[in-house]
Amino acid sequence: MKILVCITHVPDTTSKIAFTDNNTKFDKNGVQFIIGPYDDYALARAVELKEASGGTLTVLNVGTAETEPTIRKALAIGADDAIRVNAEPTDSFFVAQQIAAIAKENNYDLILMGRESIDFNGGMVHGMVGELLGIPSFSPVMKLDIEGNTAKMAREIEGGKEYLEVSLPFVAGCQEPIAEWKIPNMRGIMSARTKPLNVVEPSGTTENTKVSEFQLPPAKGAVKMFTVDQVADLVKALKNEAKVI
Amino acid sequence: MSVLVFIEAADGVVKKSSLEAVSYGFKLAGASVTAIAMGSISSDELAKVGAAGAAKVLHIADSRLDNGVIQAYASALTQAVDKTGADTLVLATSSLGNAVAARVAVSMQAALVSNVVDLPETGSGFKVKRSIYTGKAFAMTEVTTAKKILAIKKNAVEIKEDGAAASVEALVVNLTDADFAAKITSVDKAEGDVLLPEADIVVSGGRGLKGPENWGMIEDLAKSLGAATGCSKPVSDMDWRPHHEHVGQTGVKVSPSLYIAVGISGAIQHLAGVNSSKYIVVVNKDPEAPFFKAADYGIAGDAFEVLPKLTEAIKAAK
Repeated sequence: MKILVCITHVPDTTSKIAFTDNNTKFDKNGVQFIIGPYDDYALARAVELKEASGGTLTVLNVGTAETEPTIRKALAIGADDAIRVNAEPTDSFFVAQQIAAIAKENNYDLILMGRESIDFNGGMVHGMVGELLGIPSFSPVMKLDIEGNTAKMAREIEGGKEYLEVSLPFVAGCQEPIAEWKIPNMRGIMSARTKPLNVVEPSGTTENTKVSEFQLPPAKGAVKMFTVDQVADLVKALKNEAKVI
Repeated sequence: MSVLVFIEAADGVVKKSSLEAVSYGFKLAGASVTAIAMGSISSDELAKVGAAGAAKVLHIADSRLDNGVIQAYASALTQAVDKTGADTLVLATSSLGNAVAARVAVSMQAALVSNVVDLPETGSGFKVKRSIYTGKAFAMTEVTTAKKILAIKKNAVEIKEDGAAASVEALVVNLTDADFAAKITSVDKAEGDVLLPEADIVVSGGRGLKGPENWGMIEDLAKSLGAATGCSKPVSDMDWRPHHEHVGQTGVKVSPSLYIAVGISGAIQHLAGVNSSKYIVVVNKDPEAPFFKAADYGIAGDAFEVLPKLTEAIKAAK
């Protein structure tokens, strides 16, 4: 089985979000970048599937040279090789086109990624790739098993989940608890250094959206504290001040 | 602007977030809009969408669409956009909506903007505000295509309630076997509860509740408020509660009017799931819990003491 896992290179979930250059650029100062947490779940499941049934596992990232440490980490976790499309991933459709172009050349049986990136939260690249390739797409997938040419999966729906069966190939946007995150071991880290990381230039340049300005939400006021005996006062405040009950 | 709004139903009832999308479409079009629904929903229920601003509801009454088969929905929606000549598709950001909209964006060559929180600015070009960094920031996003799809974040739009009943028309589309390549074998869904992502009030419990056997207190408080229940990640990881109730960075992101967190310390990953709430109430026995910094109201007290009192006080205030 040939598996492709697409990963994002995103600020750590504890990062302070700030912008520079007149609110047109993300402030990377002091920010640590990681594999997107949802992508990390997809990668972990892909490593398990490869271990169980053999095959190859390629990771793909659309990003500039600064994402390479993140890509190496994915190699350390268990991918065999990597492709970096040398471009700034500023628009979902642009990214989807890059993934679809690579996928068309390589005929993957399975294309996994996170349900969404945690920077722009678009949650649309998997669906776009599926439509561009003319194959099914699913998200958010929380369980994935493969027997022969058939996949069985669970997709989260609002208030529960649905169970699906489909033939390969397809695209899935993944989330927990599809697998446990994997921490690279020393052998993985050593071998990752010499695994192939191919850099390719982007194909096609269609961008449908452009961010003109970033904004931060207004600062929150101080918390109003109540004692255990003032519960009725809290309820009054919710009713008359906040007007939410 | 010619606007089509995709509406979703759950258990035969149009979702609140879809009514929000219809009202958004109404404001966008400056007049009545057309909505589209799929699967088995009664005409009476669909006509009610009129109140939110739709003059007409197109209905693809194909029972194969009762479950959300993503490809079939995308194919049906693309055909509906073609038939109506709509240039703008509006829908609610949701588990199904996003998955479908992404495919439709490619097939109708439209830009897709998700988590939209406000009406667009159309002075020069078309700019729309969306929530990013899991609610920690916003991006004014310029759309450069003629056709657009806007997925509206939940609870970002006030629902219009004074429109007349909508006319309901059947729409026939051509769906192939390939559209149903994925087979939904079963659906496992809580019945009758308030859907967490849609809820106007959410009551969440954390490890401070000490065990799943104490969830009755959370449920009682939620019941007194007509609220949905949620939980923190450790609670879902320990299987005290199902994953679809996990609120946070890697779980459900909620944006209710009121979020009540009980026995949750407020790790940054949890805050990422709730920071779009209008008001936050935190109950925690540790007065130093970081969650208080993100709260509007707080009680430093034991959950087991506070919860029953709070439930009683709310019942008394109603």
